[in-house]
Amino acid sequence: MSALTIRNLTKTYGNGVQALKGIDLTVEKGEFFALLGPNGAGKSTTIGIVSSLVNKSGGEVEIFGHSLDRERALAKKKIGVVPQEFNFNQFEKVYDIVVTQAGFYGIPIAEARRQAEKYLRQLGLWEKRQSAARMLSGGMKRRLMIARALVHEPELLILDEPTAGVDIELRRSMWDFLIGLNEQGRTIILTTHYLEEAESLCRRIAIIDHGVIVENTDMRSLLEKLQVETFVLDLQRPLQSAPELCGFHVRLRDAATLEVDVPKTESLNRLFGALAEQDIQVLSMRNKANRLEELFVRLVERNADLAGKEAAS
Amino acid sequence: MSFTEQWVAFLTLVTKEIRRFVRIWPQTLLPPAITMSLYFVIFGNLVGSRIGDMGGFDYMQYIVPGLIMMSVIQNSYGNVVSSFFSTKFQHSIEEMMVSPMPAHVILTGYMVGGIARGLMVGGIVTVLSLFFTHLTLQHAWITLSVVVMTAALFSLGGFINAVFARNFDDISIIPNFVLTPLTYLGGVFYSLELLPDFWRTVTLANPIVYMVNAFRYGILGVSDVNVYTSLGTIALFVLGFYILALWLLRRGTGIRA
Repeated sequence: MSALTIRNLTKTYGNGVQALKGIDLTVEKGEFFALLGPNGAGKSTTIGIVSSLVNKSGGEVEIFGHSLDRERALAKKKIGVVPQEFNFNQFEKVYDIVVTQAGFYGIPIAEARRQAEKYLRQLGLWEKRQSAARMLSGGMKRRLMIARALVHEPELLILDEPTAGVDIELRRSMWDFLIGLNEQGRTIILTTHYLEEAESLCRRIAIIDHGVIVENTDMRSLLEKLQVETFVLDLQRPLQSAPELCGFHVRLRDAATLEVDVPKTESLNRLFGALAEQDIQVLSMRNKANRLEELFVRLVERNADLAGKEAAS
Repeated sequence: MSFTEQWVAFLTLVTKEIRRFVRIWPQTLLPPAITMSLYFVIFGNLVGSRIGDMGGFDYMQYIVPGLIMMSVIQNSYGNVVSSFFSTKFQHSIEEMMVSPMPAHVILTGYMVGGIARGLMVGGIVTVLSLFFTHLTLQHAWITLSVVVMTAALFSLGGFINAVFARNFDDISIIPNFVLTPLTYLGGVFYSLELLPDFWRTVTLANPIVYMVNAFRYGILGVSDVNVYTSLGTIALFVLGFYILALWLLRRGTGIRA
């Protein structure tokens, strides 16, 4: 059974903006799924509709086979949502926020307290349970929203930019936490601006742009579409001009740094061989951009061109 | 959601609402106590002693039921309008919107929260009034029915106001420019018998007249209007407001894009 099925979903806002133009999307049970797209692409609208925060204009949404129109309560019980913005009462205590949320799902108070303790401990917030939410740091507030979303043990967890503004160490620990949840069988849908995050965590990915899904596949297949990867090489000795390397496009970034486009058909061994032939010693090497980022930019640019041509015709 | 789950969700929301206004008691419970004490001192003791009897009671006794009702109206309305608008403003309303709580549980939860504050403030004002005058309860069930239904009605009114409110100014317009004048002109401080015929007829279009008089009848046993007409009218208004508020909530008016 699919965790989430979206069919021909459309949304036109009151000001006439068509945010979603009939998207179809299926997320299988147990998947770790990334929904990517530039700002204004329709990610948050999609998540808003799935979590009942936005009214759809048309189409259908099913969560674990329960229609959001016909079996709303059953569908909602299956989802936990971590929104992008902090959306709790800043004056309430951390513990009360989580216990109250459990109550909204009909969980009796004793069990609600147990659940709140479980997730506040797991997310490192137990010591802060009596603090007002406004006293927490940004990272803690984000973890509080995750604890609140998990308190009713949802089978599908939706996170909208969960690590925005979170420092690297905390981001890594949140990744580990989310991987653990996914390994326990929870389906996770993630939107993020950190493409490295999507590449590290998610096995499947959809890219949305201008209200349409432009790509929906598994991560490996998607990355295979990347025809050229650009590497930055730090050189031992400075160069006057970019060397000619057969089969590679090379640019001199500065005297001691080269940028090399490596086609998918070429090996890095051949690149290093060609460099060694010209007595160019490489000290270190890195990707110019995250692989997924390069692909994402190309897909979105292509879609923007298509949208431009459509508008012109 | 099963009935038991809905009951748990309802109690959770009511507890949250009560905890909210108790936590901020200097803003919610103390001001009406001070304001009403001043009314008792100025209008009851200082001015009232020169007015003499009204409706067969001394002036202080006559105005106490109206003042209690005024505090119930203002506080039940104020509780829901500020609480619900705050949840919209802070987006914490999303906590309820993503949950499986049905709209009627959310609405009833807020309404009961408003009734709780209205009754608590009404109780405080009643206790304070006993320091200034002597009161007897003539018709306990009528008193209770009127005060609970009035608190429910104004809680629902506050809810509807909050649904449409877009900023903090919008939640103060109705209390300042509609509720306060209607309350002051609703027979709290005077008997309708004192008004010329024309103004008496005009005053009867003010719904607060019926609430104040029905409540006064419950406590003192006197009223300018028929008590059962008042009870029926209040009940009809409660039903109408509940249906309207529920419809707005289900549509997501002012909440969902």
